[in-house]
Amino acid sequence: MTSSFARFGNELYTGKRSYDFVGAKKIWFLIAAVAIAVSILLPAVKGGFNLGIEFRGGSEFTVSNVKTTDSTLGEKAVHNVVAGAVPRVANVAGNTMRIQTDKLSDDETLRIKEGLTSAYGVTENEVTSTFIGPTWGQDVTKQALIGLAVFVGLAAVLMALYFRTWKMSVSALAGMVVTMVITAGVYSASDFEVTPSAIIGFLTVLSYSLYDTVVVFDKIRENTSDIATSTRRTFAGEVNLAVNQTLVRSINTMMVAVLPVAAILFIGAGLLGAGTLRDLSLALFVGILIGTAATIFIAAPLYAWLRQGEPDLVKQAKKVASRRAGAAAAESEPATT
Amino acid sequence: MARTGRKNPARRVLIWLVAIFAALTAVLGGGVIAGHASWAPKLALDLEGGTQMILAPKVEGSSEINEDQLNQAVAIIRQRVDGSGVAEAEISTQSGRNVVVSLPGTPSKETRALIQASADMNFRPVIAAGDGAAVPVASRTKDADLPKPTAKPTNASDNNWVTADVYKAFEALDCVNPSQDKQERSDPAKPLVTCEPATAQSPAVKYILGPVEVKGQDITSSTFGPVQGAQGSVTNDWGVNITFNESATKTFKAVTERLNQYYVASQAQGGNDPKAQFAIVLDDQVISAPRSLAVITDGRPQITGNFTEQTAKALSDQLRYGALPISFDIQSEEQISATLGGEQLRLGLLAGIIGLLLVVVYSLFQYRALGFVTIASLVVAGGLTYLAIAILGWTENYRLSLAGVAGLIVAIGQTADSFIVYFERIRDELREGKGLVSAVENGWKRAKRTVLASKAVNLLAALVLYFVAVGNVRGFAFTLGLTALADLLVVFMFTHPTLQVLARTKFFGEGHRFSGLDPARLGAVPLYRGAGRLRTPTEKPAVVRPRNAGAAAEAERRMTIAERRLAEKQGELSGSSKGSSSSSGTKEGK
Repeated sequence: MTSSFARFGNELYTGKRSYDFVGAKKIWFLIAAVAIAVSILLPAVKGGFNLGIEFRGGSEFTVSNVKTTDSTLGEKAVHNVVAGAVPRVANVAGNTMRIQTDKLSDDETLRIKEGLTSAYGVTENEVTSTFIGPTWGQDVTKQALIGLAVFVGLAAVLMALYFRTWKMSVSALAGMVVTMVITAGVYSASDFEVTPSAIIGFLTVLSYSLYDTVVVFDKIRENTSDIATSTRRTFAGEVNLAVNQTLVRSINTMMVAVLPVAAILFIGAGLLGAGTLRDLSLALFVGILIGTAATIFIAAPLYAWLRQGEPDLVKQAKKVASRRAGAAAAESEPATT
Repeated sequence: MARTGRKNPARRVLIWLVAIFAALTAVLGGGVIAGHASWAPKLALDLEGGTQMILAPKVEGSSEINEDQLNQAVAIIRQRVDGSGVAEAEISTQSGRNVVVSLPGTPSKETRALIQASADMNFRPVIAAGDGAAVPVASRTKDADLPKPTAKPTNASDNNWVTADVYKAFEALDCVNPSQDKQERSDPAKPLVTCEPATAQSPAVKYILGPVEVKGQDITSSTFGPVQGAQGSVTNDWGVNITFNESATKTFKAVTERLNQYYVASQAQGGNDPKAQFAIVLDDQVISAPRSLAVITDGRPQITGNFTEQTAKALSDQLRYGALPISFDIQSEEQISATLGGEQLRLGLLAGIIGLLLVVVYSLFQYRALGFVTIASLVVAGGLTYLAIAILGWTENYRLSLAGVAGLIVAIGQTADSFIVYFERIRDELREGKGLVSAVENGWKRAKRTVLASKAVNLLAALVLYFVAVGNVRGFAFTLGLTALADLLVVFMFTHPTLQVLARTKFFGEGHRFSGLDPARLGAVPLYRGAGRLRTPTEKPAVVRPRNAGAAAEAERRMTIAERRLAEKQGELSGSSKGSSSSSGTKEGK
C-alpha cells in the first residue's frame, strides 16, 4: 500500500495524475451549498441545538462506582429535597450514574449530593456535583464569540499580509465558514449536547481549518509567484497543480490529526460516557475531515475563481492558450509525416 | 554516521537543543530538590478532585466591575478562605470579570457561606422589630389601620419611614423559613424590611430598618477579644471592637446620641425600645443588632453580649472583610470527586496513548525509516511540553485540566503536520532529481516558510482564546499555544538538523528502500546518487531548455516531469535552431 501511495504521490506531483479540483468548482460549490442548507435547516427543524446544562443552568451530579444502576434511587434522592423537581437520571457508562435537575439553589444542590451519597451507597469522594448559574453558559458563549470575531479578524489580516493578497484571506475564510457550518450541522444531527467543551472543539476546528488552508495556499503562492512571466499553465491550472501536489500532505496530515481525536471519540468516550472529551472530540473529528476537504474543494477553487478575472491573468491565459495551440500543432506534425 | 571532525552547523543546533533540555531539567530538578516543585505536573480540579466556584462580583450601582474592585474582591475572598483554615486554596481572576475559587476536597458549610457572603455591609437604625414568623394572613393589620406617614421623616429612626407598603411587607416576611429567592440589592436611602436569621443562641427576628447611616467601608479595623471589666479585670464575655474612620466617627456619634436617648427613655420605663438598636446589615440581612448603651464619641464602639469566642470572631471577620460594597453571584460551582477526576485523567491519557500509537503506525507506514524521525520529534516535543508544564506549574501555578489534556492530544496531529509538510517538500525536491543533501536544504527553505505561516495562525488562535475566553477554554488554549511553540522549536532545532545529519548517512543518502526517501520509489531521476556513483548514460538529463527559455529559472524548476518531457519533445521538433539542448548528454528517443 505504501508503495502504491508513494506512486500516487509521485503521479500527483509530476502532473501525470491530476484531479481537477479547480475546474469542477461548480460541483463542489453546489455540494457545499446543499450541505450548508441542510446544516442550517436541520437544527431549525429540530428546534435548536441540544443545549447542555452549562447553557440551561441547573445542577448535575455524577456518582461513580455505584452498587446498583437503579435510576429510581436518584429520582428519590432529588424528590426528598425538592418535591416538584424533574430529575433526569441516566446510567452514562459502566457503573456511573448521572443525575441532572433544573435550577436548584446552591444549598439544595448540596443536600441532594448528600442524599445521593447514601442512596447509592458510595462515599462522599465518589459524588461530583455541579451547580451552574443560568448566566454562565451565555457568558461562555459570549466570550467565545468575541474570541472568534477577534481571531478571524486578526487571521484575515495576517493572511492578507503574508500572501500579499486579500483574495486569499477571503477564500480561506469562506472555506472556514463552510467547515464551521457543516460541523455545527453534524453536531446537531448527532444530538450530542452543546457544552463548553464542544465550543472549545469548534474554536479548534476554526483554527485547524485556517491552518490547513494556509499550508495549501503557501504552495499555491509558490507555484503562482512567477505567473506573469510563465506561459506553461493558466492561473487556475497552477492552483490546481498546487492542490494536487499537496494532496498527499493533506491526506497524511488529516489522518495524523484525526487518529488521536478518533481515539478519544471512540475509545475514551465509550469508556467514560458523556463529558469533556467526547463533546470536544466529536466537533474535532468532523471539523478536521470537513476542514481538510473545504481547503481543497472550496478555498482553492474559490481563490482561482476570484483572481482569474484580473486583466493580467486574462492576458496570461491567452498566452497559454496560444502556446498550447502551437504545441498541439507541433505534436500533430510527426503523425502527418 | 555523520562526518566527524568538521564543524557541522546541524550538530551545533542539536547540541543547543540538548543544552536547553538540560537547563530546563536542571531548573525543574532544582525546584524539586528545594522542595518547591514536583516532577509531576500540577493537576487542575477536574482531574484531581475538589471544588471550584466561579463567582461573578457585582458592585452596587454599576454593572461593570473595574480591575481595582476585582482585585479587592480577590483579596477579600483570599482573606476569608485563608482565615477559615483551608489549605492550598487558589483564588484567581478570569478575563477581568470573574473570581475563581478552587479548593481541594469538599469545603465545610461555613467556608462556603463565608466565601459567598456578600461584602455589602452597612449600619441602619432599627425602627421596629418583631417575631421571626410571618403574621398569619387572618390577623394582619387591615388596610385602613396601616400606618400612614404624616410628615417627611426627620431622621433615620423616624416612624414616618414606615409606609403602608413597608408595614405590609414586614408582616408578610417569614424569617423562620426564609425563601431562597435573592432579590435585588436594597436601596440604601430607603427603609429595609429584613431578617436576622436564627442562630444557636437566639431565634429569628425581623426588622424594619431606617436608611443606611454608616457604610461598611468606613470601618478601618475590627478585632475581637474578652471584654474587660470595670477594673480592667478580664471577664468571660467576648466582644467585638470596631474602629471607624474619621467621617464615620462623627456620623456614628450623632447616631448613638439619638439611639441612646431611646435607650435611656426605655430603661426609665422599664422596657426595651427596639429603636435603641442599630443593625449591622450584611447582604441585606441583619448579622447583629446591638443596643446603643452609650454615646460613642471616639468612633470605637464595642459590641458585647452573648458572644462566644467563635461568634465574636465570626462577626469581627465579617466586619473586617465585609467593608467593601461587592457581592458575588455564583456562576458555577463544581464539586468533583477525586474518583471521577482520577478516572478522567486515566482515560484521557489512555486515549492519548492509543492515538499516539496510531500516529506512530501511520507514520512508519507512510514514511518508513523517516517515520522514526517523526516519532523522535514528537517525543522531543512531548518532553519540552512536559518540562514547560511542570515548570509553569511550579512558578506560575499552572494546572493541567482535562481540557488541557485534550489540547495536548489534539496537538499531536498539528505537531506532526510540521514534519509532514517538511518531508513532503524533501520528497518533492527528490522527485526533481536532487541529491538528498541538497533536497533537505531546499526542501527546508520552502517548508520553513509554510511552517512559520501556519503556526502563526495556530499561535494567534491560542493567544486570542487565552485572553478572551473564560473557563475551560483557557486551559485548552494554553496547551495549544504551548505545543505550537514546542513544535516550532523542535522543527527548527531537532527535525531539520537531524535530517541534515541523516542525509549524510549511507542508509538515507543512498535512498534505501526502507528509508522513505528512496528516489526510485519517488519516481525521481537523480543526477547524483551519493557515494561517487554517477548516473548511467541511459538516464535522461534533468535539465532541458524548453522553447520559452525566457521563463524564470524558479519556474523552470517547478515544471512537472510530464511537462518537461513535452517541452523536451517540442525542443526536439523545433530543431537545433534555438540551441536549446544542453551539453550534458544525449537525448533518448521515446
